[in-house]
Amino acid sequence: MSALKIKKGATSHSAYNLRPTFSDVIERHTLAVLVENEPGVLARVIGLFSGRGYNIDSLTVAEVDHTGHLSRITIVTSGTPQVIEQIKAQLGRIVSVHDVHDLTVEGASVERELAMFKVVGTGDKRVEALRLADIFRANVVDSTLESFVFEITGAPDKIDAFADLMRPLGLAEVARTGVAALSRGE
Amino acid sequence: MTRQMSGAKMIVQALIDQGVDTVFGYPGGAVLPIYDEIFQQNAIRHVLVRHEQGAVHAAEGYARSTGRPGVVLVTSGPGATNAVTGLTDALMDSIPIIVLTGQVPTFMIGSDAFQEADTVGITRPCTKHNWLVKETDALSGVIHEAFHVCTSGRPGPVLVDIPKDVQFATGTYQAPKPSVSHYQPRLKGDMEEITELVAAIEKAKKPIFYTGGGVINSGPAASQLLRELVKATGFPITSTLMGLGAYPASGDKWVGMLGMHGLYEANMAMHDCDLLINIGARFDDRITGRLDAFSPRSVKAHIDIDPSSINKVIKTDIPIVGDVGHVLEDILKVWKARGRKTNAEAVGKWWGQIKEWQKVNCLKFTQAGKVIKPQHALARLEALTRDHDRYICTEVGQHQMWAAQYLGFEDPNRWMTSGGLGTMGYGFPASIGVQMAHPDALVINVAGEASWLMNMQEMGTAVQYRLPVKQFILNNERLGMVRQWQELLHGERYSHSWSDALPDFVKLAEAFGAKGIICSDPADLDDAIMEMINHDGPVIFDCLVEKHENCFPMIPSGKAHNEMLLGEAETQGVIKADGAVMV
Repeated sequence: MSALKIKKGATSHSAYNLRPTFSDVIERHTLAVLVENEPGVLARVIGLFSGRGYNIDSLTVAEVDHTGHLSRITIVTSGTPQVIEQIKAQLGRIVSVHDVHDLTVEGASVERELAMFKVVGTGDKRVEALRLADIFRANVVDSTLESFVFEITGAPDKIDAFADLMRPLGLAEVARTGVAALSRGE
Repeated sequence: MTRQMSGAKMIVQALIDQGVDTVFGYPGGAVLPIYDEIFQQNAIRHVLVRHEQGAVHAAEGYARSTGRPGVVLVTSGPGATNAVTGLTDALMDSIPIIVLTGQVPTFMIGSDAFQEADTVGITRPCTKHNWLVKETDALSGVIHEAFHVCTSGRPGPVLVDIPKDVQFATGTYQAPKPSVSHYQPRLKGDMEEITELVAAIEKAKKPIFYTGGGVINSGPAASQLLRELVKATGFPITSTLMGLGAYPASGDKWVGMLGMHGLYEANMAMHDCDLLINIGARFDDRITGRLDAFSPRSVKAHIDIDPSSINKVIKTDIPIVGDVGHVLEDILKVWKARGRKTNAEAVGKWWGQIKEWQKVNCLKFTQAGKVIKPQHALARLEALTRDHDRYICTEVGQHQMWAAQYLGFEDPNRWMTSGGLGTMGYGFPASIGVQMAHPDALVINVAGEASWLMNMQEMGTAVQYRLPVKQFILNNERLGMVRQWQELLHGERYSHSWSDALPDFVKLAEAFGAKGIICSDPADLDDAIMEMINHDGPVIFDCLVEKHENCFPMIPSGKAHNEMLLGEAETQGVIKADGAVMV
């Protein structure tokens, strides 16, 4: 069949090597998704991301309006501009989704995350950990003679920075809540 | 109006209040209370299928041919899992269906009970929306909402999972009322974008309408508006597989189906156009071919009710989110108000070019010798049935593409085929659903023998309900499309693409109490087809055709529209490399 000039090889046997030439710059976006607070709604959102191969960098969810049965899902995701647009459109067509906001493009926003760090150590390292925690305005929420549990709130990069500093000082465990975000102003 | 009644009665009452006349289903332990209610009423006909997959495809056929949602009732566990293929099929092709599944009682959910499956979990990715109803008081509201969701916006399948104790318990029935749902997709297009499109229509030198299933889904009014717009502008129109019939095949602006097995002139026009107006289609990979070479010089307008379809695969210059009918109405209004202008001289030249392409006559074939060519069988079927009140279903494969190429569709809702999912086994049960909705019509399922065998158990259904569905099987004893790809792309190594133990279809028909016809001689074909049409009852027509015929034209995957293969139509038997022409 060489006369057909179909190249042998994995891709030419498939109809799915057909990605368009959109921009391939990867952007990080924070999406706020208001959803009906009903069983399975989180599975719908997560299933959309896994089923269509999108990234979830962080995800938080909690009820925000009890009488209105609304929950807010904050998703930090990354992808090309075209993928981000698709994610928003795909989220928007889920029946239980009321609203999708892209906080990254809809004006300024604030992002906060809470994290807890367990740091185990004695002597100088222990003192240094406590000193750094003070600089980062982390609180000590549990203490033994050989360990601290710090609680820290801030933007994700601040928490990343704190984690980097704690690592050589005996960082044993980390728990992070994921990002909560709101747009600034009214 | 509110009334106290059992959950099971509520379900039947809700269906009646929603105007349902037919339910396709299969009973089982978890839906017995509902079946008991069905037994005690006459408003709704229940069609007992032979497999739950058949029920869903039948409901799809019903929905597609009437424009009203199809309804399915199946039991828990295997009943629900057997419905999954049909749900996915309906999701891909945007067909409104409602599947009601029984579930084990609420207090047993999660205990791995007999015939328990996580139905809402399994069907979440293959429904538009689904619900598990845990309280009888909520049941009628959910069912009404299910009808609203499956028919609003981009239609699709929905599923309501109903535990058995919820069916037995008594609760308050709520009659349907105007939807209070927050789910209200936008119907009207943005007037600025519409005006921009009209301006583009006025200037276009080489325009083309590219229409899809969205026109059919929008309703008959949308097809009428489309016809009006095409007539008024004089622009050529092509359509996807799903959109056939929205514009009549006999219309003088029709350039035929486009895509992988579309017509040469349609694909060439798509490639060379300067204004591409996509109406209710989604730039599927079977349509676009190689994306970076897809219609490279055109301004692209896209009308779609689903915002996620816009810019999904093809960058759109003029995006219009809205219902096809509403948007077409506004386009016509604006275009008329601005003086009904087109660049008639340039469009005339464009038609000259299209007429040149049409001269290639890409569907030509020669019926010679004693073996029936599948194209010939369909051309004769077309000639002998086109004046009937006719509905066509298909299975999936070569016969499906030939049916799309050689049969003409004059009206919407007359063509039922599995486009997006490509479900072998779709056509036979779909034809049952169509025939239930249109008892006096001629309903033909154009099939391949391999696809047809996938849901052949539905012969029992056809016979039981005296549904005179005609199963027109183009029998090449091969998985024809698989065989074709193996020939073209896998060095003619025919790995598992033929059937060695096919049934005698005539005896098979007779075993079910139906009529079987076999035809192998081109000279007998017309008489045999007439015999099929005139028989008042289900018929299996075993049409023995050329075994190695390939389906052309063809855009090989990964190729552009102007790189179509035109088959060597005169070739008998295997098409060799030198017989296939690169264009």
